[in-house]
Amino acid sequence: MTAHADATRRRVHDLLRAEEERILQRWTDLAKTSAEELRDLYRALRLALGDERDDLADVRGLLAELSRERARQGHTPSDTARVVFCLKEAVHEAVASDGSAEALKGFIWFSRLIDDLGLYTFEVYATAREKIILDQAEQLLELSTPVVKLWEGIVAVPLIGTLDSARTQVVMEKLLQTLVETGAEHAVIDITGVPAVDTQVAQHLLKTVVAARLMGAECVISGIRPQIAHTIVTLGIEFGDIITKASLADALAYALSRSGAEISTPRRTRIAVRTEEV
Amino acid sequence: MERVPILKLGDILIISIQVDLEDQSVLALQEDLADKVVSTGARGVIIDITAVEIVDSFIGRMLATIAATSRMLDAETVVVGMRPAVAITLVELGLSLGGVRTALNLEKGVALLDHTRSAPR
Repeated sequence: MTAHADATRRRVHDLLRAEEERILQRWTDLAKTSAEELRDLYRALRLALGDERDDLADVRGLLAELSRERARQGHTPSDTARVVFCLKEAVHEAVASDGSAEALKGFIWFSRLIDDLGLYTFEVYATAREKIILDQAEQLLELSTPVVKLWEGIVAVPLIGTLDSARTQVVMEKLLQTLVETGAEHAVIDITGVPAVDTQVAQHLLKTVVAARLMGAECVISGIRPQIAHTIVTLGIEFGDIITKASLADALAYALSRSGAEISTPRRTRIAVRTEEV
Repeated sequence: MERVPILKLGDILIISIQVDLEDQSVLALQEDLADKVVSTGARGVIIDITAVEIVDSFIGRMLATIAATSRMLDAETVVVGMRPAVAITLVELGLSLGGVRTALNLEKGVALLDHTRSAPR
């Protein structure tokens, strides 16, 4: 820091101290908010500027609190940042009435500092939001992957929502674990709730099927809607020898017949199932 | 070097892998098994990997090789008791063990072989 820059800064600091009441009043008017929350902030800022070490930790702490408090009250992050930026205008008026060249130079530096602090409130807001989103994503992951037992020896995984690699991993692990625990030999992966299937999602599905097959269970993919079937064919995705069915009911009927059960439909409304020992 | 024992049950040979396999033991196992299939006239081979927690591409290839060899000698191979973690690892390694049949446990493996043999060839 050169002696010259030092002098301009000290000038601004002196102004901030001498004109404290006036600037604070003006800031409060411009920002249209209560003087109490701004007073602490102003004090902390003035002390930090008077300090040789340029330590803005206290100011940042207060700003983070202000940002959170205002977010809770329903203000947008732009509003909060605008409150901080209003200080520039208030100080500029003081600098203009002072009129010295040093003060004007110092104001440029001060203005940049306020820009940083204003952006910081934005950052705090974004970080808080990010955390909420992350938490929710995690909860969603836990919620969205049930493995249900359809019949003795038949389990189903109704997939709902977009499949990504993290989710596939969870689904795969859960399905395989269930296969071990229940000794089921047939698994149905129902993708009725999957909005779109691209090459990557198909890849994930294939991996799950192959893993289940390695464990000794047979996998059927069901719930393929007409548009999705069309997409899969258009993309040229090969499902190989994996059995696919249009609906969960078809898949269940297939798995039942594979496990040796006989399905007879004497009347349209009733289904009787009889299991035979092989 | 540890040799993996090969058990005979009717006309099925059962190999239960209980230890971490060294490359040398794997090669020995492959030779022993081929000899045993011929000498006993076995029609089925079951490899039980319930106790195997870690697999690599070498083990994966071993399973495929054993299956291929046994098939040459007219014996069907079934791998049983694969753990979920092992299955996921094999899939990630790109080894889908084509041509190897699998079952959840030993009991189901035996049932699978019985079923296959009773079916007309």
